[in-house]
Amino acid sequence: MTAGTSTRPELGPGTGPGHGNSGRTGALWLKLLPLAPAIALLGIFLAGPIIFSVYGSFTNAALTGKNAKDPQFIGFENYADLFRDPNFPQSLWLTVLFVFASAIVGQNLLGLGTALLMNKATKAIAAVVGVCVVAAWVLPEIVAAFVAYAFFFREGTLNQLTATVGIAPVDWLFEHPMLAIILANIWRGTAFSMMVYQAALNDVPQEISESAMIDGAGGALRLWYITLPMIRRSIATNLMLITLQTLAVFTLIYVMTAGGPSRRSATLPVMAYEEAFRYSNIGYGTAIAVVMILIGAVFSVVYIRLLKEK
Amino acid sequence: MRGTRNTSVKSSLSLIAAGLLVLTGCSAGGGGGAGAGDDSTLRIVYQKSGEGSPLDTLMQDVKTQFEAGNENVTVQLEPVEGSDEDYATRLALSQRSPDTAPDVFYEDTFKVRSDVDAGYLLNLDPYLEEWPDWERFNDGAKAAGVADDGATYAVPLGTDTRVIWYNKNVLEAAGVEVPWAPKTWDDILAAARQIKESQPDVVPFNMYAGTGTGEGTVMQSFYELLYGTDSQLYNEDQQKWVVGSQGFVDSLAFLKTLYDEELALTPAQALDPNIWQAVFGEYLPEDRMGGVVEGSYSPSFWQEGGMFEWAEYGDVMGVAPFPTQNGQEPGAVSMSGGWTLAIGANSQNPDLAFEFLTTAMNQENLLKYTVDNSQIAVRSDIADDPTYLESNPFVADVSEVVDVTHYRPATSDYPEISTAAQQATEAVITGERTPEEAAADYDAAVRDIVGADNVVEE
Repeated sequence: MTAGTSTRPELGPGTGPGHGNSGRTGALWLKLLPLAPAIALLGIFLAGPIIFSVYGSFTNAALTGKNAKDPQFIGFENYADLFRDPNFPQSLWLTVLFVFASAIVGQNLLGLGTALLMNKATKAIAAVVGVCVVAAWVLPEIVAAFVAYAFFFREGTLNQLTATVGIAPVDWLFEHPMLAIILANIWRGTAFSMMVYQAALNDVPQEISESAMIDGAGGALRLWYITLPMIRRSIATNLMLITLQTLAVFTLIYVMTAGGPSRRSATLPVMAYEEAFRYSNIGYGTAIAVVMILIGAVFSVVYIRLLKEK
Repeated sequence: MRGTRNTSVKSSLSLIAAGLLVLTGCSAGGGGGAGAGDDSTLRIVYQKSGEGSPLDTLMQDVKTQFEAGNENVTVQLEPVEGSDEDYATRLALSQRSPDTAPDVFYEDTFKVRSDVDAGYLLNLDPYLEEWPDWERFNDGAKAAGVADDGATYAVPLGTDTRVIWYNKNVLEAAGVEVPWAPKTWDDILAAARQIKESQPDVVPFNMYAGTGTGEGTVMQSFYELLYGTDSQLYNEDQQKWVVGSQGFVDSLAFLKTLYDEELALTPAQALDPNIWQAVFGEYLPEDRMGGVVEGSYSPSFWQEGGMFEWAEYGDVMGVAPFPTQNGQEPGAVSMSGGWTLAIGANSQNPDLAFEFLTTAMNQENLLKYTVDNSQIAVRSDIADDPTYLESNPFVADVSEVVDVTHYRPATSDYPEISTAAQQATEAVITGERTPEEAAADYDAAVRDIVGADNVVEE
C-alpha cells in the first residue's frame, strides 16, 4: 500500500500520511480533479448529443402532428424503414462518391501536389499560390457556397467564360450536379490538405532525400520511397480529417443544388435535413444522422489501421 | 435573386442550429427570464419577406397601437426571414419548448390541424364567443381555423385563389382573341401553340413543375389540373388518399405536352426555386411570356411599393379562370390557401395575446393589410369597402373563383404527399418517367407514407 503511494513521490506529501487506503483513493480523486471540468465538458458536448441522437433515432418524434406531443419509443423501426427506403441506397452511394471524389482523391492529391510544388517554388510564387488556395478555405462556408453557385449556374461565370471561346453553355447544376458540387468542394477544401502536407514536408530531413539523389534516385522514386513513407502519418491524419469534414458537408450542397434535380445530388446530410425538417420526421432524420456517424467511424477505423502499419 | 436565396439559406442555417439545440436537448433561453414567463411581454413571431412587407408593416402598426393602449406591456416582434417551408420549420422548433414558444404567431392554414394535434395551438372558442367582430368573418374562411375536434384554433387574415394571368400584348400579337377565356385544356394548348408559331422567343404558357418551386408547383399548377379532372387527390368522405387515378396520369401528361413542345420554360429553369421571381419581374413585364397560372396576390408584386413595380400591369395583364379538363362542371377550378394568426397553447398571457390578435384583425388594420398584400377579404366589412374593391383592377375577377375553389387536405401527412406529387411532375418534365410510370411511383410513395389502409383505389 505504501509502496503504491511511494511510486509517486511527488504526490506523497499531499495524500495525508497514515491512512493508507483512503490516502490512495484520495490521490486518485485529487489527480482526476483537475480533469473533471474537461471530462464534464466532453460528456456534455461530445458524448451527450451522440447519445441523445441515438436515443432520438429510436423514437417517432416529429415536429408537428400527434407524435410531436407524445413521441413513442419504436425500437428499430426507423432503421428498418430506412433500409427499405428507395432513396437511401442512392443517397448512400452519392455520399460515398462525394467523399471519395472530392476529399480522398481531389483535395488530398491536389493538396499534396500543391505542397510539393510549393516546396520547390520561389518564395514569391509560393506566397501567391498560397494566398489563392487558402482564400477559398478562409471564406465562410455559406459565402463559398454562393461563390460556387454564381460560378456554375446557368448564366454564371463559367458559362460566360466558355462562351467567349465559343463553347455552348452547359447547365452544370442541372446536367452535372454531382460534378459541380465535387469540384466546388475540391476548390474549397484543398487548402487544408495543402497546409497539412506543407508542414509534414518541412519535417522531412533534407539529407535523406539528398543521399538518395546521390544514389541516383529520380524525383518520382524519391517521392515514392522516401517522402511518402516519411509523411505517412500526416497522410492518414489528413485523410481522416477531410473525410469526416466532407461527410458532413451540407451548406455547400444545399445552396448549390438543394439535393436536386430529382435527388441527383441528395447526399445523406441533405436527406436527413429533408426528412427531419421538411417532412417533420425528426426521429427518422436522426436515424440517418446516426448512420452517418457509423459511416464516419468505418472510415476512421480504416485510417487508424493505416496509421499503425509499419 | 441572390438576395432571397441568401436569406433562405441563412434561415436554413439557423434552423439547423435550432435543430441541433432540440436534438441535444439544450433549450435556448432556459426557463423564465424574458420568455413567455414575463407577465408584461408578448412575443410575436411572423414571416417577413423583405423590408416593408405588408405583414411586417401590419405587425409594426399593431405593436405601436397595442403598446399605446397597454402601458405595462412590451410587444416583442420576432420576424423570421425565409421561405414558407423554412418559416414553418422554425416556428415548429420554437413551439417544441414552452420557454421558446411565441404568444401570437402567423400560421399557414394547412398547418393548423397538425399543429393542433401537436398541442401547439390554444383553443380560441371561449374568446371568440365574446368578440363581436367574429360574426363578420365569412364561413369558408372560418373553416380554415377549425380542427378535427370542431373548435376554432386560428383566425384567418385573408385568403387567396389561383387563376391564369395572361399578357394581352403577347396574345394579341399571336392573334388570340382578348379577353381570353379557355374552356378546356385543349384551348390552352391551342393558344400556346399559336403563340409559339408567331413569337418563337416567347414562353407561351408556363405552369410550374418539379420540387424546386415546392408548394407552388402543386398549388399553382398541378392541382389546377388534377382538381379539374374527374379524379380526386383525397377522398374527404372516406378520409383516404386516392391512388391509381386516371386524372393524375392525365394531369402529368398535360404538363409533359407543355414541356416537350417547349410551350413552357425549360425543365432546368422550372427546377430553379427562384424562377417565380423571373416570371413576375422579367418574363411578364417584358412581354416574354404569354400566360402563367399564379395567385390572386400577383398584383402585390407589381403595384407601387411591390417587389417588381410595373405601372402598366393593369392594362397589359388579363385574368381567366383555369378551365376543367374537358369543360366539365363547374367549368373552372382554383386552389385556395391563406394564413391565420394563432395563439400559443402555453402562452402565459392568453388574454393579452387575444387582445393583440383582435387589434391586428380590426377593420382598419386588416383592410390595409388586405389591400397591401392583394389578399381576398375574409371580413364582410372589408369585402364591401370601396378601398378594397378599387385596390387593383383584378379584385372582382380573382374573388369570383372562390365559388369553384378547393382547399388542400391539411393532414399531417400532407407535406410529404405534396412532395411526392412534385417529384412526379419533375420526373415527367425531365423525361425520366412517363406519366404512367410517375403516377405509379406516386401511388407507391403514398401507400408508403400513409399506409395501405389509408388509401383508396380509384
